[in-house]
Amino acid sequence: MKVYIPDALRSYTGDRRHVEGRGATLAALMLDLDRQFPGIRFRMIDEQDAIRRHMRVFVNGDEARRLDVALKDGDDVAIVQALSGG
Amino acid sequence: MPQSAARKPAAAGPVTLLVATRKGAFILKSDNARRAWKTTGPLFLGQIVHHMVLDPRDKRTLLAATSTGHLGPTVMRSTDRGRTWKEAAKPPAFPKAPEGEQGRSVNHTFWLTPGHASEPGVWFAGTAPQGLFRSADGGNSWAPFSSINDDPQYRKWMGSEKDGTPDGPKLHSIIVDPRDRNHMLFGMSGGGVHESFDGGRTWQVIIDGLEVVEGFGFDPKDPTFHDPHCLKICPGNPDRLYQQNHCGIYRRDGKGPWVRIGRSMPKTVGDIGFPLVVHPRDDNTAWVFPMDGTQVWPRVSPGGKPAAYVTRNGGRTWQRQDKGLPRAQGWFTVKRQAMCGDAREPVGLYFGTTGGEVWVSRNEGAQWACIVRHLPEIYALEVAAS
Repeated sequence: MKVYIPDALRSYTGDRRHVEGRGATLAALMLDLDRQFPGIRFRMIDEQDAIRRHMRVFVNGDEARRLDVALKDGDDVAIVQALSGG
Repeated sequence: MPQSAARKPAAAGPVTLLVATRKGAFILKSDNARRAWKTTGPLFLGQIVHHMVLDPRDKRTLLAATSTGHLGPTVMRSTDRGRTWKEAAKPPAFPKAPEGEQGRSVNHTFWLTPGHASEPGVWFAGTAPQGLFRSADGGNSWAPFSSINDDPQYRKWMGSEKDGTPDGPKLHSIIVDPRDRNHMLFGMSGGGVHESFDGGRTWQVIIDGLEVVEGFGFDPKDPTFHDPHCLKICPGNPDRLYQQNHCGIYRRDGKGPWVRIGRSMPKTVGDIGFPLVVHPRDDNTAWVFPMDGTQVWPRVSPGGKPAAYVTRNGGRTWQRQDKGLPRAQGWFTVKRQAMCGDAREPVGLYFGTTGGEVWVSRNEGAQWACIVRHLPEIYALEVAAS
């Protein structure tokens, strides 16, 4: 599936805006992304498996707030950095 | 050990300053006289750099504790004195909590300390929320100190995220005794001062003599109510410690109690502040940079008249050092990690302000000069071993 990577994380993806990932759940997708781009997961997901405060993940346009959200081939996943103050 | 023992003055040569700011890091390098300075950077532009430290053992490895407003915290590493950087493979992180239990998550790594000279590659880190971590591979992977992080008593003393400084309670001032790698100390804001003689397997609370905020009925024997801002061990006499605390300036000799040595500061200035610097050879000499700790705690220079204060007699008396600093309307804030000294003769002193200025004294505080302006808010300043 196609995964949109925000500006703040493109240093991990070689400046690629879109990458391909695999996984039956958002948790599995995050592990796959970390396998491809070491370190990227911890910047988005904390050690208690919570999506960090200012990160948002959308699956086909709907916000996913937990990592156990199911995914299927063809889904579009967008990782977005929420706005935070200066 | 004699008072003016041990370390020889560093040979004359350039001084390198590592400047960690809220929006990136900078490196300042002087000429041999410490008069002309060149700024390079920014490194990690836009990232919050909480602390950047050079390993004094190999003089090549640099660690920088970074985070951003959005992303999780990490540690960046350079093994070529800052030319190239790589992210730590396993940054400091608390263990995943068992199902149904509330776990903790590192917000940022606040403090970095290189290990003992006999243990190359060992580093220690303090985090917010409060945790102590150790790396044995030059900062690439970090493991929690369960003797602190998981100990119910320590967790109680640390309190919750509401019990610390505005951007989170911090474990800081991790000290390894240069004579003995098993002798360690650290401070918790809040949570008191702690000492180990077995390399961190067990810890003792050392708060005897420290005062607590008056008027609330706080028990001075409870570490919960103690807020050490900055601890330093004297390189010239490691049996002597100095401390800038929320409730004054203190000194401790051997295993004795803390003695409040800030009582002799001018009453209009007080003895509240954040940073403290000790002389590299003379254990009777230390510097502080007082802050206004009245009413709502403005945390700026008292009266808008910034000054360092030096003691030359272990805290019996203090002298004001403000030559070259603004005479009025100078509302400096200098954070606990943002003042340091070099090992030269005379000692060079350096501080960075939340207004993005770096000030230098080449003569132990007798005269100050601003060498850099317009940087982002300065969080930490360290001299890199040359």
